Amino acid sequence: MSQPVELPDKIYVGPVIDEGHSLASVSDKVGGIVLKRKITLGWVFGLLLAFAVLQNLMAGATWLFVKGVGVWGINIPIGWGFAIVNFVWWIGIGHAGTLISAILLLLNQSWRNAINRFAEAMTLFAVMCAGMFPVLHTGRPWLAYWMFPYPNTMDLWPQFRSPLLWDVFAVSTYFTISAVFWYVGLIPDLATLRDTAKTRFTQVVYGALAMGWRSSARHWQRYEKASLLLAGLATPLVVSVHTVVSFDFAVSILPGWHTTIFPPYFVAGAIYSGFAMVLTLMIPVRKFYGLDDIITIRHLNNMAKVTLATGMIVGYGYMFEAFFGYFSADTYERFMIWNRMTGPYAIFYWCLIFCNIVTPQFLWFKKLRTSPGLLWIISIVVNIGMWLERFVIVITSLHRDFLPSSWGMYWPTIWDWAVFTGTLGFFMTAILLFVRVLPMITIFELRMLLPAARVKEPVAQ
Amino acid sequence: MSGHTVEHLHPLYGLMAEFETPTDLVEAARRTREAGFKKFDAFSPYPIHELDDAMDLHDNRVSLATLIGGLLGCAGGFGLCSWVSGVALPLNIAGRPPISVPMFIPITFECTILLGGLTAAISMILMNGLPAPYHPVFNVERFAGASRSKFFICIESDDPKFDRDRTAGFLAELGAEEVSEVAR
Repeated sequence: MSQPVELPDKIYVGPVIDEGHSLASVSDKVGGIVLKRKITLGWVFGLLLAFAVLQNLMAGATWLFVKGVGVWGINIPIGWGFAIVNFVWWIGIGHAGTLISAILLLLNQSWRNAINRFAEAMTLFAVMCAGMFPVLHTGRPWLAYWMFPYPNTMDLWPQFRSPLLWDVFAVSTYFTISAVFWYVGLIPDLATLRDTAKTRFTQVVYGALAMGWRSSARHWQRYEKASLLLAGLATPLVVSVHTVVSFDFAVSILPGWHTTIFPPYFVAGAIYSGFAMVLTLMIPVRKFYGLDDIITIRHLNNMAKVTLATGMIVGYGYMFEAFFGYFSADTYERFMIWNRMTGPYAIFYWCLIFCNIVTPQFLWFKKLRTSPGLLWIISIVVNIGMWLERFVIVITSLHRDFLPSSWGMYWPTIWDWAVFTGTLGFFMTAILLFVRVLPMITIFELRMLLPAARVKEPVAQ
Repeated sequence: MSGHTVEHLHPLYGLMAEFETPTDLVEAARRTREAGFKKFDAFSPYPIHELDDAMDLHDNRVSLATLIGGLLGCAGGFGLCSWVSGVALPLNIAGRPPISVPMFIPITFECTILLGGLTAAISMILMNGLPAPYHPVFNVERFAGASRSKFFICIESDDPKFDRDRTAGFLAELGAEEVSEVAR
């Protein structure tokens, strides 16, 4: 168990969990949200709204299946439109969950305990949204299984030298391992719900999901080992996923894509956007469910700091993209960066610079990092900025490459927007259902933060 | 079912003692092991790492299984790429070798993680004997607290040193708040 570190007053903004909580009270508080709390009008309204927006996906996908990908704004030369922009954006958002659950576990950061479950759920839903786009983008999603290597009567196999196939493996592995890690983390909490549930139905459902977990020390020992191993495996995995995504671009020869800085810059951007999304979701949730004694100002402050740090790395990436363009002395590279800054899509580029470089600078101030309302606004701006970044990378690189005769323009159609907003609806629907049916905070790890949970000295040896 | 002189349940799974604090639990678990009991278990609502030493729990088979799973994934991933690109469907693209090792690294890596991670989770669940639809410890009503805020030790009747009355006395001596019989 990690010992609390005394912070100097200057940087101390509050505890990781408010005083006055006991082993029983954290269980009842977090479990009670699922088991006892009445369904509120606000939640129903939110769910209806999210579900209504989700219908955009149904309409957009249906029309796409009827007519083909021509209903989107994609063309030659811009074959990768919204589908890839949104794919990269969503998968990046997912990365914060794995970072919080795996990397911060290995670093023994106890503040992660209150936010990891929620962030991991966000990861799963974001990866689901991301996964839809390449499949829809194939135009014939019912043949998407062709991407997997399996013996077939056509005697064909996938091309293992293609980054697009690496993506298939990276994203499906990422989703599988994230889901497994999340479920393993849920088992003890499901047992808590099973043991405190009052109705037969909830007892049976949570009981089946908890698989008969009985809090045994012999089980905990293997459980902790497996968690640590999963964290150790998920850490390189999360870095590899966005690296592979960046290979989709960097392995090509297109100016604006063919850059060695892409892998680290994509990973930093992913964590940056992911933390922004965690803040966007968590600030309202902690308010509506009265969780500010568990998700404290300290958590918001720490997340804001990670956002700032990764935002600076992203800013460094933008700077060096421009510098490489200039320093390469290559006509096409120079034109690409000049076109990005002054061409037809310049407005997107400068908005992106404003959202991703200017806005996070506010996070240098402790006052802003510790005021939830302002932090929430900043996190929304960062989310928009990261979406713009993907738009700029995908579209401005493709639309004017080497030969002016093959230049073109891309504008999304209403069906592009329908599918994109539809996934936003899907994401929000999933989040709203999640907070009602599963404990959104890892209860057993919260218990470990309490002074009452510590074993006193003479025995500890 | 309170006190340690309750009516005798047949057949008996074991005796369960309840403790108030983690410190009491670790101390009691250590003394239970030192008293020579083998078939006993401690229960706590969160992992207590001090218990691993107190109960001498050092099962590393999950790590070993994960290592084997990861290595199999690694070999399988690389083997898949090499067999497909070298044997099943060799395509000569710009004179690159059929088995182009650097290009196979991402998939080899992903397969390593996939199989390693799945093995870690599945081996942990199976070695813990889960899923277990039924277990006698749940017959004790107060045991529901083990997943919330209470600490328990259960000594099984299968243990060679187990004796219904003397073991109940031993548990009471350890400072148990309450000793219950566990029906099988």
